[in-house]
Amino acid sequence: MMADSFSINDKMSGRRKFLVAATSVAGGIAGAAIATPFLLSMMPSERAKAAGAPVEVDISKLEPGMLMMVEWRGRVVWVLNRTPEMLETLPKLEDQLADPNSEKNQQPEYAKNLTRSIKPAILVIEGVCTHLGCSPVFRKDVAPEDLGPDWLGGFFCPCHGSKFDLAGRVYKSVPAPTNMVVPPHVYLSDSRLLIGSESEGSA
Amino acid sequence: MSNMFNSMIEWIDKRFPLTSNWKAHLSEYYAPKNFNFWYFFGSLALLVLVNQLITGIFLTMNYKPDASQAFASVEYIMRDVDYGWLIRYMHSTGASMFFVVVYLHMFRGMMYGSYRKPRELLWLVGMCIFFVLMSLAFTGYILPWGQMSYWGAQVIVSMFGAIPAVGDTLQQWLLGDFTLSDAALNRFFAYHVVTLPLVLLVLVFVHILALHETGSNNPDGIEIKENKNPTTGIPVDGIPFHPYYSVKDIVGVVVFLIVFCGIIFFAPEMGGYFLEYNNFIPANTLQTPDHIAPVWYFTPYYSMLRAVTVNFLGIDAKLWGVILMAGSVVIFCFLPWLDRSPVKSIRYKGPYFKIALTLFVISFFVLGWLGTKSPTPMYTLLAQIFTVIYFAFFILMPWYSKIDKTKPEPKRLQE
Amino acid sequence: MMKLTIALLILCMAPFSNAFAAESSVPLDRAPVDITDNASLQRGAESFVNYCLTCHGASYMRYNRHRDIGLTNEEILGKLVFTGQKVGDLMQSAMRKKEGQEWFGMVPPDLSVIARSRGADWLYTYLRTFYRDDDTATGWNNLVFDRVAMPHVLYQLQGEQRLVAKGDQKSLVLDKPGQMSGADFDKFAGDLVNYLVYLGEPHANARKELGIQVMIFLLGMLALSYALKKEYWKDIH
Repeated sequence: MMADSFSINDKMSGRRKFLVAATSVAGGIAGAAIATPFLLSMMPSERAKAAGAPVEVDISKLEPGMLMMVEWRGRVVWVLNRTPEMLETLPKLEDQLADPNSEKNQQPEYAKNLTRSIKPAILVIEGVCTHLGCSPVFRKDVAPEDLGPDWLGGFFCPCHGSKFDLAGRVYKSVPAPTNMVVPPHVYLSDSRLLIGSESEGSA
Repeated sequence: MSNMFNSMIEWIDKRFPLTSNWKAHLSEYYAPKNFNFWYFFGSLALLVLVNQLITGIFLTMNYKPDASQAFASVEYIMRDVDYGWLIRYMHSTGASMFFVVVYLHMFRGMMYGSYRKPRELLWLVGMCIFFVLMSLAFTGYILPWGQMSYWGAQVIVSMFGAIPAVGDTLQQWLLGDFTLSDAALNRFFAYHVVTLPLVLLVLVFVHILALHETGSNNPDGIEIKENKNPTTGIPVDGIPFHPYYSVKDIVGVVVFLIVFCGIIFFAPEMGGYFLEYNNFIPANTLQTPDHIAPVWYFTPYYSMLRAVTVNFLGIDAKLWGVILMAGSVVIFCFLPWLDRSPVKSIRYKGPYFKIALTLFVISFFVLGWLGTKSPTPMYTLLAQIFTVIYFAFFILMPWYSKIDKTKPEPKRLQE
Repeated sequence: MMKLTIALLILCMAPFSNAFAAESSVPLDRAPVDITDNASLQRGAESFVNYCLTCHGASYMRYNRHRDIGLTNEEILGKLVFTGQKVGDLMQSAMRKKEGQEWFGMVPPDLSVIARSRGADWLYTYLRTFYRDDDTATGWNNLVFDRVAMPHVLYQLQGEQRLVAKGDQKSLVLDKPGQMSGADFDKFAGDLVNYLVYLGEPHANARKELGIQVMIFLLGMLALSYALKKEYWKDIH
């Protein structure tokens, strides 16, 4: 048989068996060691990391009801200043939502609350649908024709019809499985927001 | 466990000739039992080929074949890509080591007469591999778009301009422009990463197939197939390649890797021989460096290119240089028919061949050394003398190999 | 014997000689290079940013890479980054290419890999051998780089030198002392060149460290594979 001459078999002396096994193991280690740098070279490079560095934004001019788009790591991050009326809609929707209390790990610990934010009014969220990565549309109009009378405002994904409320929480019975992702962020001052980091030092 | 393995092999064998190929090329391929260390270089060449293919693929993931970005993208690989420096050094060192092992492999063939009947085709396929390898080295050396890349390529491409009548047109066709530029870089990239590697792989496959048809030569230069065991039909002096030569080659591979990794990790520039200092300056199309020299593996031929300084036989010196340079490589192809000695191996050849081969090796090294130097009248004279010796080795071979005093070949391999 | 000699010749083809280094008529002084000396590299980095980066770029190098030489991001931002760039940015020159063309007649070369093309000794000698020459556009000349376009940006530190030629022997005499003594200026230039060597290949220390591990593994592998070969070849008579 083809494998006999190198695979360990009973005709071999103990020394030969040991040496074949030991060399095979050492060869396997060498192979894995050689593969490692090649696989690591495919991770984001220093350039990609620098381009994906935290982004600082000035939110002093963000009026209530306005949405601002920020690019971070090549993705869109929304900063939405919610009006008191918008915030009032959040508790009303609980029975229609898949994960109203943000149990799934889609946000940092400091955004695991009803408004999914640090400051109640300001929502910082990645504008990426958790279904297949389209960017949903911001629909603040209440009860429009196409979304039905129950719509209190939120985000609607045109690709496959997933619906999210004004805190990025996903509705039941839509293709998207989870709430939208809240990226790490921190307030450097009242009006300066840093997206992509939780500490000031990495600015 | 082994039962399952066996039935799996059986399943495959009904659909694909796995076991029969395994036997024909490894476990029942009988190789002469007296291989010495010179016989490592064939399998080492295969190892370096695999190294070049894998590291090359990973380099293309980040390299940009664009005259305005190429140099920067190499430094990007060296600095910004995780372990990019390692992959790049593996590839640049591998290029030089490819020539080291291939030169030693060819020299082995010259010593032991491996080009002689019935291995003429094997030798010719090998020479084709060598030509493709030189093209790969040339096209690859352009890619970093440093000063040496640019001006080295400029010199080589200008050689085509020396061809009478069609030279200038041919040169423009090769470059896709009136000078060496982005267009040429882009197409040489295509040759380097697609065309030439494909051709090389096919040729290597054919080379191994041809080898396994004739069987390997050996340091005694006698055919082990002429002395077979009458009952088994196995050559008396043959041993199965696997496991005996596979375990031996592993030792050779490890020794090679010690040298290879020594260079990669401790001297990747190899004192300017593997990575030339001037190639760390981005290509400047307006300024030639003070001193240009090809990478070490091309310097012997480069010396011959420069050696001709006079016009004769109605052909100008530039064209003579190109003819000599091309001839110095192509002439290896004629070895099987130039050698008229009754014996193959240097072990049984007479003093004339030994002296001729020694002079040839010396001239190869001296020409190689001269090729790294700026030409002076003294150096040019030396280059001319050694060019004559280099060619005399081949041209006079039919004469000196025939009248040489050879020793009788043995019937069986010697220990 | 011949075959062994040839093999050895090929493997040791003068690996460490500087066969292709820039040829110069002036003997070069040996640069005190030690890229494991972080204190020297940090001093060199600060000098580089202060004196070189205004005209030359090091545009393949990122600021945050200086963690290699023992600096934290905060230290890098404080000591090395002045122009409002981010810590992950490339070290671009403050000067625009067009301005360089106008001021010096050429764009000052990028210095990222200058130590790999020029060599440390050349740079060390070059930085210390500027002298006054009224015949040149800048008023300065250099022993190893005749009529260099770059003015002597370090003259306030080094002082002004004058060329004294005795036959073929050229030497420099200090006319006006600068802010530094000769020894201090040599140390300053040494640190700067040491930094340039680091800048040419920031991973060089990591490369050697990994190399030692690889070599140890390969030596073990050699013993093992040699024993395996011996064991199998017992069969062959």
